[in-house]
Amino acid sequence: MPLIKEGVLAEDSWQALADEDELVEGPIVVTLDRWQSEREALLSRNTPIGVRLKSDQTPALLADDLDRFAVVALEFPKFNDGRAYSYARLLRDRYAFKGEVRAVGNVLRDQFLLMQRCGFDAFEVANEAAAAAWEKAISEISVTYQPGADARRPALALRRNRPAA
Amino acid sequence: MTVQILTANRLGDGAVVYRAQAGGWTERLSESLVLVSTEDAAETLAGAETPEASLEIVGPYLMPVDNSDGEIRPVETREFIRAKGPSVAFGNGHQAENTPLSLAG
Amino acid sequence: MYRYDEFDHTLVNERVHQFRDQVERRLSGELTEDQFKPLRLMNGLYLQLHAYMLRVAVPYGTLSSTQMRKLAYVARRYDKGYGHFTTRQNIQFNWPKLEETPDILADLAEVEMHAIQTSGNCIRNTTSDQFAGAAADEIEDPRVYCEIIRQWSTLHPEFTFLPRKFKIAVTGADHDRAAVRVHDIGLQMCRNEAGEVGFEVVVGGGLGRTPVIGQTIREFLPKQHLLSYLEAILRVYNQLGRRDNLYKARIKILVRSEGIESFRNLVEEEWSHIKESALQLPLDEIARIENYFSPPRYERLDDTVRELEVKRFEDRDFASWVRTNVSTHKQPGYAVATISLKPTGKPPGDASAWQMDAVADLAESYSHSEIRVTHEQNLVLAHVKKADLYALWSGLRDVELATPNAGLLSDMIACPGLDYCNLANARSIPVAQRISERFSDLERQHDIGGLKIKISGCINACGHHHVGHIGLLGVDKKGEEFYQITLGGSADENTAIGKIVGPAFSYDDVVDAVEDIVDTYLEYRSDGEEFSDTFRRVGLAPFKEKLYAAH
Ligand code: HEM
Ligand code: SF4
Repeated sequence: MPLIKEGVLAEDSWQALADEDELVEGPIVVTLDRWQSEREALLSRNTPIGVRLKSDQTPALLADDLDRFAVVALEFPKFNDGRAYSYARLLRDRYAFKGEVRAVGNVLRDQFLLMQRCGFDAFEVANEAAAAAWEKAISEISVTYQPGADARRPALALRRNRPAA
Repeated sequence: MTVQILTANRLGDGAVVYRAQAGGWTERLSESLVLVSTEDAAETLAGAETPEASLEIVGPYLMPVDNSDGEIRPVETREFIRAKGPSVAFGNGHQAENTPLSLAG
Repeated sequence: MYRYDEFDHTLVNERVHQFRDQVERRLSGELTEDQFKPLRLMNGLYLQLHAYMLRVAVPYGTLSSTQMRKLAYVARRYDKGYGHFTTRQNIQFNWPKLEETPDILADLAEVEMHAIQTSGNCIRNTTSDQFAGAAADEIEDPRVYCEIIRQWSTLHPEFTFLPRKFKIAVTGADHDRAAVRVHDIGLQMCRNEAGEVGFEVVVGGGLGRTPVIGQTIREFLPKQHLLSYLEAILRVYNQLGRRDNLYKARIKILVRSEGIESFRNLVEEEWSHIKESALQLPLDEIARIENYFSPPRYERLDDTVRELEVKRFEDRDFASWVRTNVSTHKQPGYAVATISLKPTGKPPGDASAWQMDAVADLAESYSHSEIRVTHEQNLVLAHVKKADLYALWSGLRDVELATPNAGLLSDMIACPGLDYCNLANARSIPVAQRISERFSDLERQHDIGGLKIKISGCINACGHHHVGHIGLLGVDKKGEEFYQITLGGSADENTAIGKIVGPAFSYDDVVDAVEDIVDTYLEYRSDGEEFSDTFRRVGLAPFKEKLYAAH
């Protein structure tokens, strides 16, 4: 699947493994189940590892292990299942997770901006057309009213910095 | 055997439309394509659930009608109202463009 | 009232461009209807029975004359010359075209209006007390906090795809005119022991299929923590609210299944992490918003106005209007005027474009160019000099808006029902019209006194039937329109959910049934008793007997 990082199509060096797949060389992303049942074996491999959470699996379940992951992939089974927005906020704000937070599943351009604001920085999309729309999708609304996990400054902060009229 | 027709709302303005006997879509019940067999009905519905059809209409579905006396009439209250417009006056007070329709008849 | 600054303007304009682009992508086939639907809903555009419907936000129900004129313009230019004011203090246009919707939104943006989040599973328009800023029993003007919430909730990235819609209401007065206990979150302004002003936070109320009265989650929330506390509630709900069943997805179901204690613990735990974050409201920001809502410059006036008394004596119609449609203002010499959108036999809440224009003019002449929309589907002019009441009334009478029935039986709430709504089982509007015709004798209505009839065309309860003294709910019985009746509901500070009286009545019989209920009430009430009091005392039995013995 095409992957968007920093606004452009990027090489995906990660392999996502289903629970029944054999382990492979190189960086892999495993499910929460697999992580929980094969934790020691996975750690002993000494290659970068990522974890993929379903929309009913909160990152709080991994709170103590987060520093072991380079990628946390959050699943959108349907674009309108919005739980992962909160999970991304928790990863960034609560757990100060510095690795990649990847949106996977039904990831559409009309949600790029929301996802980015919540702390996602990688997006698996269905086709490359979505990447072409990236720039527009994240810039078509330039004002934000609330603090998020991104670098945008909310209107409140900008207003307070403005020279008195 | 219930007799059915295929209805939807037009994409551009939301108007109630029916699959026309002459092909395409019509706003007139009287011009709609009457579907007698379940197979015909299913096939016509499937034909309206394609990406091409979705450029013209939204939410196609089959509705029962009564055409026993030759005239096509809805069976359900909801479809009477869809066919004829709201049964009440619009707005408050007098209005030239106001054409309330009655449910009766 | 609040005025947009450059940030607000930019956002709303960008949103219009974004939606224009989305509409183009739908028309060209790039977006499927399934993908487009949530996008259009997030801009207030529904598809109804006969056409699209555009719901325009009237934040906390406050409009300027300029905005009202623009609504009239939109009604004429893009619709069939009228609009429908709703119980959520918004306005709906029933006949816009999809292709023209971006133009409508662009026109509205010119006057600082939008349709953002008037539908969809996001935080909806925050509602408030229609007498805000004018009520004598008010701690502070709640609209200040409504505006703060409006901004915080607008395009909130985390809460755009909640399990279900989310409605917040704020009141600053003891007498609850905003129905805060039947909202997902209700905020009741209050003082703590130290005399500081904050909020009692109520959570998990709602109507719909399962009516629930909200419970207090926090007795006192200091103002500066308002947003962090709301964010904590929403974050818990977004993660734990049910997504497998549309009918169990509202926060009320989560609060009930968790239990309020456990739900409170979850929220307080989340809050402890974000309380001191950038969400904390600086007091100068509160003051900045407060400035916009500072009261108009009142003149120093005597509270007793001779001209008014003379006119009341001379003109019985005027006197009758003053009696029902004029309420006390906190400022001597001023009054609050309710403009009834319930003329006998007309659709409740509808206003024609020419009426909107007239109201805009009258507000400009007599009420600081400000208009309120009430959750009872009326309009309010909040700051009218008593000496101007007669002129105002004359102006309203010229445009058929002087019906003297505010708070009386014919001041009903009715949802659009099967005349417009895709989800309806039965019609609401014609039932309301027939009831108002049956009781058209005003003397009789005065005799009956304050009585609230509320009508919904299906179980979604947009017409608030659960909290009507008499509630009518449209049900489908083998393809026929029937109405289930509930009695004893109430939406004020003594919120109560009505009780079902028995088997439903047909479209033809339902007006007789309402009349039987009213007659029974009159028969049993003791001096000065309101419907709810009588009902509590005598229960369902006498009503049942009258209704089902006779039919
Ligand atoms: C005409 C198109 C409308 C549609 C399709 C619609 C749809 C719905 C639905 C599905 C619900 C149930 C939500 C739930 O229980 O989860 C609902 C509730 C509600 N709607 Fe509407 N509605 C419409 C019009 C209106 C209007 C005109 C008003 C105001 C007069 C309104 C005000 C409300 C209110 C107050 C509720 C109850 C909120 C609650 O459950 O807490 N709606 N609506
Ligand atoms: S109560 Fe039902 S019929 Fe009435 S507007 Fe709401 S959804 Fe439609």
